Amino acid sequence: MASERMLVMAGADERDLTRLAEYEAVGGYEVLQKARAMSPNAVIDEVIASELRGRGGAFFPTGRKWSFVPKPDQNPNPHYLVVNADESEPGSFKDNEIMARVPHRFIEGCLIAAYAVESKSVFVYIRGEYTGPYEVLRSALEELQERPELRGDVTIVLHRGAGAYICGEETALLESLEGKRGQPRTKPPFPAVQGLNASPTVVNNVETMATLPPIIEMGGAEYAKLGVPDSRGTRVVSISGHVEQPGNYEIENGTSMRELIYDLGGGIPGGRELKAVIPGGSSTVILKGDEIDVGYDFDSLLRLNTAMGSAGVVALDDHCCMVQLGIRISEFYEHESCGKCTPCREGTRWMTQILRRLESGDALQSELDLLLDVCDRINGKCLCPLGETAAIAVASYVEKFRAEFIAHVEQGGCPFGDSSPLHDVLAPAAMHLHSASSAVPA
Amino acid sequence: MSTYYEEVQEIKAQYPNWRSATLPALRLAQEQHGYLSPEALRECADALGTTPAFCEAVASFYDMLHLAPTGRHMVEVCTNVSCALVGAQQVLESFEQELGIRAGETTEDGEVTLRPIECLGGCGWATVVSIDHHYRTHVKPEDVPAIVQELRSGE
Repeated sequence: MASERMLVMAGADERDLTRLAEYEAVGGYEVLQKARAMSPNAVIDEVIASELRGRGGAFFPTGRKWSFVPKPDQNPNPHYLVVNADESEPGSFKDNEIMARVPHRFIEGCLIAAYAVESKSVFVYIRGEYTGPYEVLRSALEELQERPELRGDVTIVLHRGAGAYICGEETALLESLEGKRGQPRTKPPFPAVQGLNASPTVVNNVETMATLPPIIEMGGAEYAKLGVPDSRGTRVVSISGHVEQPGNYEIENGTSMRELIYDLGGGIPGGRELKAVIPGGSSTVILKGDEIDVGYDFDSLLRLNTAMGSAGVVALDDHCCMVQLGIRISEFYEHESCGKCTPCREGTRWMTQILRRLESGDALQSELDLLLDVCDRINGKCLCPLGETAAIAVASYVEKFRAEFIAHVEQGGCPFGDSSPLHDVLAPAAMHLHSASSAVPA
Repeated sequence: MSTYYEEVQEIKAQYPNWRSATLPALRLAQEQHGYLSPEALRECADALGTTPAFCEAVASFYDMLHLAPTGRHMVEVCTNVSCALVGAQQVLESFEQELGIRAGETTEDGEVTLRPIECLGGCGWATVVSIDHHYRTHVKPEDVPAIVQELRSGE
């Protein structure tokens, strides 16, 4: 029976940790003092020893990322810490809850990271729609304003986005933070060397920051005893879709996915069968219902050719149509493509159009190959992973549910029709001028 | 009370480069004008020390910034996968019926704009509906009449 292991969310069920006094009552900000008594390099070494990897989705080792930042004497430009709080991946809502319920742990983590990379200036780029978490963080920072001994000489600015999934990509985020359209940059140079205003910049995820206080408190080596090799410690996992008890659950990495869905998530409602699971947000390769006897960790999921991504687990029951899922996912990426790279801008739209023809029964079987061909022509040909993840996700639906796609062709329509909950869902992309489905040539 | 121009100067001071104040300045202009009208864009450009064209180019990229008038209230229904799986489309259709408009439209009295929106990051609390940028969670079709009533009665 799976259970939770609370480090990031510790104490939040018992106390109102949005208040500074309550957070201090459970030892809050003591770890910051401990970190400041160490040298910045010693803090980085502790994080390296913890084997913490970024919780935003790319899973890059946090300590190593910090170690790439030039020291102030190597680069006299100001050093910046930018926190990616632009959580927008369909299926993920963990950062939302972390900011809303343990804002001070998150801020303490930011101050520890700022100390380690010798930055005086922190920018939290929070997605524009997150009014609730923004207001919680704003009052937490106001409380901190009265406590200069905690804040030190570091300024933390909350920067609100304005609605763009792509700004979760770190270089697009930096462009947006610089006041421009949020379009990704070429890498290299990497942000650690030339990030915000061409200065050394660390970009870290919200959960990564909130994991730092427990790491410094227990020590890196101790933290690394939790979890499994390559995925140490805990992870706040968002479980949604067809489960009895959707929500965020903090688990030790390596917990079985079956336990996530059936124990923590409470199983599939209505006596339905589990058909498929999106394991790490919409960008990841789908798993079939019988592929979930696997640890929820980086290596185990990599062996199944998929990923933890941003830890958004979406369960789909047996009345979901996989072509309809493909349409809705493809429409999402079509809408969110920034338009900079042609394969992504055009390819995601073509994917949607072919999938719509499949769904309506107008497609020939050869169009299934055309769909995979379009996916293949996006992969590896763009500046950022947006189009590629759309292509990989949709191609995985075809690969794992090929018979269902072929049935659409052979039956001249959808075997599920409106019994599937994803039938005829209106997406923002469907409202684009170019995109009325009737405009697709027959 | 400080003017828009003064407020933008204060925002600019938080950043190493004035340009970083563009999004906050656009959001503020939109709050004050209802949408980013040509006049709002001119005022924003003036406060930032740039051109209206730059402001418009940035604004056109972002979903939450509107270059055309919207209703006084904004109702945005998440229809991404997790919400759709538990009935977001039916919630959207209930709003259409209750408001007497199609998604993407504004009521004739200019009160309410309705639109579907991409994932709001509340997948476990589906269906999520953002009303004037505050989330309502676990919304069911049968909750919609009361929500519309609330909007119409002005609070």
